[in-house]
Amino acid sequence: MSQMVSLTVDGRRVSVPAGTMLREACRAAGETPPALCWHEHLTPANACRACVVQVHDSRALVAACSRPVAEDMVVETNTPRVLNARKIIAELLASAIDPQRAPDLLELVQATGADVGRFGGATPRVEPVKDDNPFFVRDYSQCILCYRCVEACGVDAQNTFAISAAGRGVSARIDAAYDRTLPESDCVFCGNCVAVCPTGALIDRQEWQLRSQAVWDPARITTTETVCSFCGVGCTLSLQVMDNRIVKVTSPHDNPVTHGMLCVKGRYGYAYVQAGDP
Amino acid sequence: MSEVRRLLPEPGVTSAPASWTRMVERGYAEAYARLLTTDPGDIIREVVDSGLAGRGGAAFPTGRKWASVAAAPVLTRYVIMNADESEPGTFKDRVLLEHDPLGPLIGLLIAARAVGARQGYVYLRGEYPDLERTMRQALAVLEKPGWIGPEGVSVEIRRGAGAYIAGEETALFNSIEGRRPEPRVKPPFPATHGLFGLPTLIQNVETLANVAQLFVHGAPWFRQVGTATTPGTKLVAVSGHVTRPGVYEVPFGIPLQTVLDDPQLAAGIAGSGQLQCVLLGGSAGTFLSPPEVAGAVLDYGPLRALGASIGSGAIMVFDHTVEMRRILIQLAAFFADESCGQCVPCRIGTRRLLDILQADALARREPDLRDLASAMRDASICGLGQTAPMALLSAIDRPALWEDICASKGGQSL
Repeated sequence: MSQMVSLTVDGRRVSVPAGTMLREACRAAGETPPALCWHEHLTPANACRACVVQVHDSRALVAACSRPVAEDMVVETNTPRVLNARKIIAELLASAIDPQRAPDLLELVQATGADVGRFGGATPRVEPVKDDNPFFVRDYSQCILCYRCVEACGVDAQNTFAISAAGRGVSARIDAAYDRTLPESDCVFCGNCVAVCPTGALIDRQEWQLRSQAVWDPARITTTETVCSFCGVGCTLSLQVMDNRIVKVTSPHDNPVTHGMLCVKGRYGYAYVQAGDP
Repeated sequence: MSEVRRLLPEPGVTSAPASWTRMVERGYAEAYARLLTTDPGDIIREVVDSGLAGRGGAAFPTGRKWASVAAAPVLTRYVIMNADESEPGTFKDRVLLEHDPLGPLIGLLIAARAVGARQGYVYLRGEYPDLERTMRQALAVLEKPGWIGPEGVSVEIRRGAGAYIAGEETALFNSIEGRRPEPRVKPPFPATHGLFGLPTLIQNVETLANVAQLFVHGAPWFRQVGTATTPGTKLVAVSGHVTRPGVYEVPFGIPLQTVLDDPQLAAGIAGSGQLQCVLLGGSAGTFLSPPEVAGAVLDYGPLRALGASIGSGAIMVFDHTVEMRRILIQLAAFFADESCGQCVPCRIGTRRLLDILQADALARREPDLRDLASAMRDASICGLGQTAPMALLSAIDRPALWEDICASKGGQSL
C-alpha cells in the first residue's frame, strides 16, 4: 500500500498516492487540466505546457503532468494567470499549425476562447510532406513538437531510438539524424509514432492517400477487433474497414497486451487479407 | 573608492596567469593547503558567514546551496564551473578567466572538498577556444601538487558547441552527458538530481573566484566592501556608448552613475554624449531612463524598486541617437535564435515577439505583447523563456521610451 499525500486543488481536499503527478490530483478534484503532449502510456514530455497550474509559493506556473504532488500543496487551476497562459499557448500553436486538422488543439482553442488569428501567419512553417516509405508519411508543417513520437520510438514502447529532436527555436524538428530519410535510418516502421501523434503530422500512407482523394469518410468506416495472426504474442488489432477493405489498423490504447503499440507486421501487413487468388 | 580589485589581480601582479608563481602570489597555494585539513562543515560555515551569493544572475545564497548538496543522501557528487557565458553584453567571465584562471579553479576545488565531490567539470563556452588553452595550463599547474588528478579532484574541461541554452544548469548537465541541451523540469533540483542524476553543485565562474578570495582572506575581510546585505564586489561588463568600455570590479552599493562617469571606470558617456538609456542586467535586463540611472545603486534590494536586477553584471549604454526599436529587435532575435525549442511558450513565443517588433502598428500590439510576455514568464520551462520578454516589458513600462520605439519603424534584425 503506497503512502497517500493530501493536498488542496481549487479549495477541494484530495488524497493521491505519493509520487503521482499533480495532473492526477487535479483529476481527482474533477479539474483535469488540458494537455497536448501528455499521453497515458508515455513519459510526460513537459513540452506543450498547456497543463500549467498555479501552486502557492511557486514563482512561475508549474506543469501538472510533470510535478510530483507534495503534502499540503495548494493548487489552483483557474486563476487569471493560468487561463492567460493556456489561451496564449493555444494561440501560439494555432499560429504555427492548422488546428482544424488537430482535434486536441481545436479542443484547447475552444476551451480557452483563443483567437486563432492573434499571432497568426507571420512566419508559417513551410515544409513539403515527407513521403519516403510505403507505410506512413510525415507532414512536419503540422508538428507541435510534443515529443510523443520520440518517446514511443524510445524507451516507452519501441526501444528503436530512430528519431529525436534536432535544430533549435522554431527550427526545432523531429529528425531521423542528419536529415536522413526513414529507410536510411534505424526506423523499423512499427508505426507506433503514428499511433500517438496528436496532430496528424504523422499519418498512415493509406489514410493520407484516401484523404487527399477525398475518399476517406469516417462515417463509412466500421471497426472489427481481432487478434494478429503473425506471431504468438497475440496482439489485439482494430481493423478499420471501409467499403469491405481494410484501410487502417490500430490497437486500443487500453489493451493490456499492446497499450496501443504494434509492430510493422500487425499494423501494416494486411494486404494479404484482401489479395485476390493467385 | 571606485574600483576594488579582488577577483581581478592588481596591475602590479605580473606573474603568468597560469603559473605556480601566481598561485603563491595570490595566496591560493597557502589557502588551499590549509583547507585540505579543514573540516568540510567548517568550510561551508565560512561560506555561509561571508554572505556570498551567486554571481551568475540569480544571486542564490552560495552557502545554502553548498549545504544542500553536502546533505544529499547519495555519496557520489559532482562540482561544475559554469563558464558558458554567452549573451550579448556579458563578457566578464572571459576577462576573469583570462586574467586569473587559477582563482575560479581553486574555488572549484574548495567547493569539491566542501561537498565531497571527487569529480569536477569546467563547462566552457565553445566560442572561447583561447581560454581552453589557458584553462589547460591552469589545470596542469594544479596537477603538479596532485590537487587535480586521481589523488585529488579530477577536473575535465567540456566545451559548449555554440548554444546559449547550454548555460542553463540542467541543460548543461544534459550537454555534459552527451545529450541535447534541453533544460530539465525542476524539481528535482541539481542539489539532489544533477549531472548523471547525482547530487551536483554548479556555480558561476565569478562565484568560485569569490570563494577563492574568501579563503585567502577570511569572512570579515570579505565583508569589508559591498553592502551589509550584499557583501563583496561585482564584475560589471560595460559596453556601448561610454568612453572606456570594459570589465570593472566594483563594490556592491556603488551608484550606477559612478560606474558610468568615474574616470577609472567607464569615464563618461561617449557617442553623442547624451544618455538615452541603460540596459542593466543583460539581454533579459531592464532599461533604465537617465533619471533612474542617476538614482540607481548596484545592489539587489534598491534595484528591485526600479524593477531591475544586476543579473550577470552587463551594463549596455545607449546615447540619444540609437534607435531603440533596433535594439529590441536585436534582443528578440537573439532569444528566438537561442530558444532550444522544447516548450511552446518559448519556442513560438520568442518568434512571435520578434514578428510583432518587426511589423507595423507596434503601439496597437501592446496588449498582445503584455499577454504573451505574461504567458512566457509563467509557463516556459526555464529561465530563457521566462525572462526573454523582460527587457521589452521594461521598455513598455517607460512611456517616453516606448513612444519613441513605437514611432520608429520595424524591419529586420541587424
